[in-house]
Amino acid sequence: MTRPEHPFDAPWQAQAFALTLALHEQGLFTWGEWTAALSDALGADAQDGAMYYQCWVFALERLIDQKTGTTEAQRANLAHAWRRAAQATPHGEPIKLENDPEASLICQ
Amino acid sequence: MPHDHSDHDNHLDPIEARVRALETILTRKGLVDPAAMDRIIETYSEDVGPKNGAQVVARAWAEPDFADWLAQDATAAITSMGFSGRQGEHMQAVFNTDGVHNLVVCTLCSCYPWPVLGLPPTWYKSPEYRSRAVYEPRAVLAEFGVTLREGQQVRVWDSTAELRYLVIPQRPAGSDGLSQAQLAELVTRDSMIGAGLAQVPT
Repeated sequence: MTRPEHPFDAPWQAQAFALTLALHEQGLFTWGEWTAALSDALGADAQDGAMYYQCWVFALERLIDQKTGTTEAQRANLAHAWRRAAQATPHGEPIKLENDPEASLICQ
Repeated sequence: MPHDHSDHDNHLDPIEARVRALETILTRKGLVDPAAMDRIIETYSEDVGPKNGAQVVARAWAEPDFADWLAQDATAAITSMGFSGRQGEHMQAVFNTDGVHNLVVCTLCSCYPWPVLGLPPTWYKSPEYRSRAVYEPRAVLAEFGVTLREGQQVRVWDSTAELRYLVIPQRPAGSDGLSQAQLAELVTRDSMIGAGLAQVPT
């Protein structure tokens, strides 16, 4: 139990964490609002580290929707675009959203 | 990394794509700056961690005046050592004694004093710890290998978004004459949550 642990198991966890702090510092939400959203999302599901950050992302999406008016559909469209962009990016190169073959259809 | 991507080209898991989507939306809205995010990640991956808390504990052991300050105004005492920031704005230090052992939990989520302990370990975030620490703390402590003295009381502190706790473990026997840096080596992360004791010098 005392072995050193890296705080994040994957880069996306660190990104989600940093987004949350950055948004709080911008004043988008209070820390109390964030912990309330996180504890709602956690419920009893966060059995391990990966599930914990899955819940974290879910809580963050909800709070951002509430505060900025984004919708689940907007987020889902962009997430699909990112996945298509990843598929279209040659291995070893950084994934960019511009690589999405359908980019002209969804990126205004 | 949890996945092996060697058998196909670039690929994003749904959760990875969701996080990238959030970042894109927020960057377009001008709410986040990718460079600022990189700085946050670097700070919490490398600079902030239980070594900070260990220095606070070692100083409290070595300097009674500092221990008094810590007991009265932990936020100010800890900030004076340069450890401040998110989730450390309102700190309370709870001192273990022969009569009382303190244990910290966050039953609602995972509030934790980041500036002094870094980000919480996986077990601290688990629903099992979050509930059992409250209703059977002695059994939880036994599983961590902490044996309490006869008659020693356990006090459980439930962290909130407003208040975070740092356990000051008892100074171990045989640590007389050690420097503060040597003392700090004896202070484990778990001992500052109450889920362990300070190490005995060898």
